[in-house]
Amino acid sequence: MRRLRRYGLVLAFALAAVAAIAATRPLSVQVREGMLRERPSFLGKVTVPVAYGDRLTVLDESAGWTRVRSEKGVEGWIHTSALTEKRVVLKAGDADAAAGASGEELALAGKGFNAEVEQVFRADNPEAQYAWVDRMAAMVVSADEAAAFLAAGDVAPKGGE
Amino acid sequence: MKRLIVLLALAALLAGCGSVAKMGAQLGQGAGVLTEQQTTSIMKTTDALEKTFEDITPEQEYYIGRAVAASILETYPPLDDAEANAYVNRLGQTLAMASDRPETFDGYHFLLLDTDEINAFAAPGGLILVSRGLLHCCRGEDELAAVLAHEIGHVQGKHGLRAIKKSRLTGALATLSVEAARNLGNEDVQELAEAFEGGIRDITQTLVNSGYARGLESEADAAAVTILQRVGYDRGALPAMLREMQSRYDPSGPGFARTHPSPADRIAGLEASVRDAAPADPPAKRQRRFVAAVGGL
Repeated sequence: MRRLRRYGLVLAFALAAVAAIAATRPLSVQVREGMLRERPSFLGKVTVPVAYGDRLTVLDESAGWTRVRSEKGVEGWIHTSALTEKRVVLKAGDADAAAGASGEELALAGKGFNAEVEQVFRADNPEAQYAWVDRMAAMVVSADEAAAFLAAGDVAPKGGE
Repeated sequence: MKRLIVLLALAALLAGCGSVAKMGAQLGQGAGVLTEQQTTSIMKTTDALEKTFEDITPEQEYYIGRAVAASILETYPPLDDAEANAYVNRLGQTLAMASDRPETFDGYHFLLLDTDEINAFAAPGGLILVSRGLLHCCRGEDELAAVLAHEIGHVQGKHGLRAIKKSRLTGALATLSVEAARNLGNEDVQELAEAFEGGIRDITQTLVNSGYARGLESEADAAAVTILQRVGYDRGALPAMLREMQSRYDPSGPGFARTHPSPADRIAGLEASVRDAAPADPPAKRQRRFVAAVGGL
């Protein structure tokens, strides 16, 4: 019984150690452009953008948002959906990829289902309406435009904290 | 020490940390506390867990979504009205920002479809298509917000990616793990392209013909209610829109009738406080801009 308790304690310690290792690991931006905001809310003012593959140091977390410091030393809140624990490698032949780190630890930008695969798909499916998809992609609404849209429609946000 | 290594490996596995679990398993074998068979088994378990739709990176999801939208637009022509589409994008982007997944690889984009069929499609990554027929079920901006928020719910839950057959992902993503360190050869690209085309067929077929499981529709409705509430739109707009859809509903018709539970069933599935909420009258200027942008379509 005592032995069982000792195993339990060691297991708890090991779990805590793994959790601590995971928490201090820097996170990578996994979207083309992420937004740092002044506070953890979709209503928070956007300060600076961060780019695909940027490594961010985690400072704090709050309900779906992470407070981070960028490599340039800028701090802000970013929605956790923009981040991955994997290291995003932007170029083939990057030192980490060459060192044999596995696909589970790395997200290889431009690998897998990529522009090259899209080209093959387009060649096989000439009827696919990519011209309209590109027109959709060009329909962009900034955070400021969204805020102005809400105000002009008398929509009073309850917040997303 | 040996026991600690085994425990560390197990703890990492429990904590969902695949690569640490593998490292622990290898250490365990090296230290002679795990047999080769046990090590292989731990490593296989982590591999099997990792080859799912959740392993598709946002960048890959973006290419999948583009192909799905391009395929659906072959069947459903777009509504070429710049002002109406700009309005739908302003509304949709505002809602997406308040969702549990505001950041996708290339963000959310919306487009109206030139068809009277009641229908909407959410391609992975955030390309959302809404028919004129569904627009006609919306009497105001709050109800259109409910429609768009439901589709954002599908993107947020990665419901489209779930429709891809698992065998395609296991093949394609396994190729990538092995080939991480070098550029892919022509044969690998061809294999990936085949998995890609198969995956696009799986998703398009689900969106256009078979529909999602009922549970995913309820999940999207619940996400819609949360988004409406955060942004400040009327939650009662969702049941109000569904009641209007029910009055136009032909159970044997195309579109939503084929791919969604009946509007009455969806209303019954909403939480009581939402279901029974009396729709609020929108402010006059909100109603004016809705009518000006899409009222005449």
